Amino acid sequence: MPERKKTGFFQNNSQLLIPLVAIGLLLIFNLIRDSSFFSVNIGTNNDGYPVLQGNLISILNGASELAILAMGMTLVTAASGGQDISVGCLAAIAGSVFVKVLRAGPITGWTVALGVVLCCLVAMVFGCFNGTLVSVFKIQPMIATLILFTCGRSIAYWINGGATPTVGSPIITAIGSFIPGIPVPTPILIVILVGIILSIVFRTTTLRLYIQSVGINQGAAKLNGINPLKIKLLAFILLGACCSVSGVIGVSRLSLINHETLLLNIEMDAILAVAIGGNSLGGGKFNMAGSILGAYTIQALTITLYAMKVPSTDVKAYKAIVIILLVILGSPVVKDAFRRLRMRSNSGRTSIGKEAA
Amino acid sequence: MGEILLTMRGICKSFPGVKALNNVDFTLRAGEIHALMGENGAGKSTLIKVLTGVYPKDTGEISVEGQPIAIHSPQDAQKNGIATVYQEITLCPNLTVAENMFIGRNENLVVDWGKMVKRSDELLKNLGIPARPKQQLGSCSIAVQQMVAIARAVDMNCKVLILDEPTSSLDDKEVEMLFSLMRDLKSRGVGIIFVTHFLEQVYAVSDRITVLRNGELVGEYVVEELPQVELVAKMMGKELEGLSDLDKNRGKSSAAGESLYEAENLSSSEAKPFDFQIAKGEVNGFTGLLGSGRSESVRAIFAADKVTGGKVRMKGKQLNINTPYQAMKAGIGYLPEDRKRDGIIADLSVRENIILALQVMKGFFHPMSKAQMSGFADEYIRALEIKTASQDTPVGSLSGGNQQKVILARWLLTHPEYLILDEPTRGIDVGTKTEIQRLVLKLAEEGMSITFISSEIEEMLRTCSRLIVMRDRKIVGELKGEELTQSNVMRTIAGGGKENA
Ligand SMILES: Nc1ncnc2c1ncn2[C@@H]1O[C@H](COP(=O)(O)OP(=O)(O)OP(=O)(O)O)[C@@H](O)[C@H]1O
Ligand SMILES: [Mg+2]
Repeated sequence: MPERKKTGFFQNNSQLLIPLVAIGLLLIFNLIRDSSFFSVNIGTNNDGYPVLQGNLISILNGASELAILAMGMTLVTAASGGQDISVGCLAAIAGSVFVKVLRAGPITGWTVALGVVLCCLVAMVFGCFNGTLVSVFKIQPMIATLILFTCGRSIAYWINGGATPTVGSPIITAIGSFIPGIPVPTPILIVILVGIILSIVFRTTTLRLYIQSVGINQGAAKLNGINPLKIKLLAFILLGACCSVSGVIGVSRLSLINHETLLLNIEMDAILAVAIGGNSLGGGKFNMAGSILGAYTIQALTITLYAMKVPSTDVKAYKAIVIILLVILGSPVVKDAFRRLRMRSNSGRTSIGKEAA
Repeated sequence: MGEILLTMRGICKSFPGVKALNNVDFTLRAGEIHALMGENGAGKSTLIKVLTGVYPKDTGEISVEGQPIAIHSPQDAQKNGIATVYQEITLCPNLTVAENMFIGRNENLVVDWGKMVKRSDELLKNLGIPARPKQQLGSCSIAVQQMVAIARAVDMNCKVLILDEPTSSLDDKEVEMLFSLMRDLKSRGVGIIFVTHFLEQVYAVSDRITVLRNGELVGEYVVEELPQVELVAKMMGKELEGLSDLDKNRGKSSAAGESLYEAENLSSSEAKPFDFQIAKGEVNGFTGLLGSGRSESVRAIFAADKVTGGKVRMKGKQLNINTPYQAMKAGIGYLPEDRKRDGIIADLSVRENIILALQVMKGFFHPMSKAQMSGFADEYIRALEIKTASQDTPVGSLSGGNQQKVILARWLLTHPEYLILDEPTRGIDVGTKTEIQRLVLKLAEEGMSITFISSEIEEMLRTCSRLIVMRDRKIVGELKGEELTQSNVMRTIAGGGKENA
């Protein structure tokens, strides 16, 4: 039997089929529609540095915040069997804290680092708040996070007090678009960094095993010495950290924060990314790579629709149609039907074989 | 005995990596009780699930009363008069008893709650099931839940009744109750398929026996013509080694060393205060009727329920054990009674299930390497002869008995100083059962202290050197040495015998 590759990230690869096929179809569709869709070229930006340009790059770049949130959402979903709908608002809060720190004085590398650390800590505290409601008070995750969903953007506003405070600085531009001399957009690099950090966490701790155990059978996990409360709390705190990273990217892209529109409605996309990745929204086993692919699928879809000049008012409707298809294809009913079909054709073959013998 | 009611011909069923059924025939006649026998993983439950439409069959034919029928779902089976009680309880713990008995059976959508409660009350009384219709099912013991599942099946005017290990969590009295119910149904012409690992029960009620081994049909026999020894040989494909040497061993294990664990006035949210101690290398047991508090007591020792008071000493040192983790760190292992609810992590692989407790003890920042996990898993899959396609198979797809072995492996792997086994042999076949008893005595000889709970008194008499008898959530007596006889235990349980509480 061939040894199946099993690292922290790539587990149970069959469930990656649907997002992979979806992305593949989207790209092929685009290729037929416009043969230049795939072209990636090296241009120069305003400062005269070489940068990668093209639709593929903008898909990868644009999905960065979503991909990072999807990773955190995967952990929360797996551990608690529910979803956090406050991620967009939490990212806005984190972004506001970041901006607040930066506006306190001249922007240097140190203040940016301080801002990132502080906003990460604040977001983790809010994550801890959500996690406490879910684990200690046993409130349904969607309901628990509804609180922050409702008031999060107001909190973000209070932190800075202004409408759209700006934070212009070459360092911020470097985070939001390109580091001078490196042609790959920085957000893509940040996604890779977050991915690497998470996979290191999976390798050096038992987090994956614990989260899955708690998500599948909390009672049994408890009798094996795992503390389900702590694990759920940890998942929410990690998601908080992911929110802060997304918030920082979002702020840096525009060099300002609009607390009303920063990563608006991204929570739904993050949940969808988890689902499209073949993960059960009821918790338990999870596949991180699936969720990340799910995030890119959603972004590819959006970019395709825009490239087709679909009016932005209609984009959501088209997106919904494709997503319904993807989700139904990944549903247990359809999977089961496919399995039965395969089995029937197999058994048909063997019984014929028997008669011949 | 009546005409042929049900025939299954040439049934084949494969799962990825396993041929669970290979060309199996089965015939059931009206008004007979037909035992389906075989070792763990022989394919009994699979045969039943094929019959009831839970799994599609690969090939084969099923006919009821001579008519070939196609069964694609459990609803189809019900329509054809086939009622089933599955091995793992499949009711909804958060609904009431009455709802569980009637839900999904109403043709019309409007439910008459009053009538439903009244009807279920009648049924419960008739069958002597100690539960109230409006009680939440989850609050009943497993035995009662099992009885409710049977009551539900019985009430559906069925032609064929299937009972997959219905008695594994019932005590003698309840088993007798179930048997009289079965005989009653039989006299009304119902054909009953009965799966169990208790040989005496097979000989007490069945008319015919069909034996499976490794997914193949061994044969169909009339009970009178198949002595017990031969039945076992047919199931295992070899003779069963005697148990006589077990009894000799017991003397040794009772020569116990210094005290290992002591509890004083230990109480939990579920258990009343009690005193308890076990010596190094001792095997003792809690016995009593179901609901007598024996499981609750051992759960308190492991802090599986919230500990509310009491003093605990391990090797003379006072300890605080308030969480299972602390208990594990103190060297205690606990195999729970309800493997589905408290034991297995169904979607995780056999490997992950085996190493789980050890991994937790090693700590969050010390994950085992893949090679280490595989090594441990392999070792125990071999040692306990766990039947599984591979280490990567999700444990939920193993046969009931093999799931039990996985959990046993999990705790043996942690090498505890004190191991609590609550019904470790539930759903385990005869051959393996004696293996496990042997293992318990061997471990004790090597210095492990073991508390053993079983619904089968003989099993406890064979392994334990001291029995603590419980009734109504209190310890009412203790038996050791010469006093350990079946009649003594029964008398103490019933409250007539020697009491020193
Ligand atoms: N859903 C499933 N997926 C994969 N394999 C399965 C599945 N169900 C059963 N099997 C395999 O089929 C074989 C027969 O299992 P089955 O449950 O029928 O055994 P059994 O005779 O009922 O055993 P037990 O006495 O332990 O309950 C086992 O090897 C088991 O691992
Ligand atoms: Mg079975």
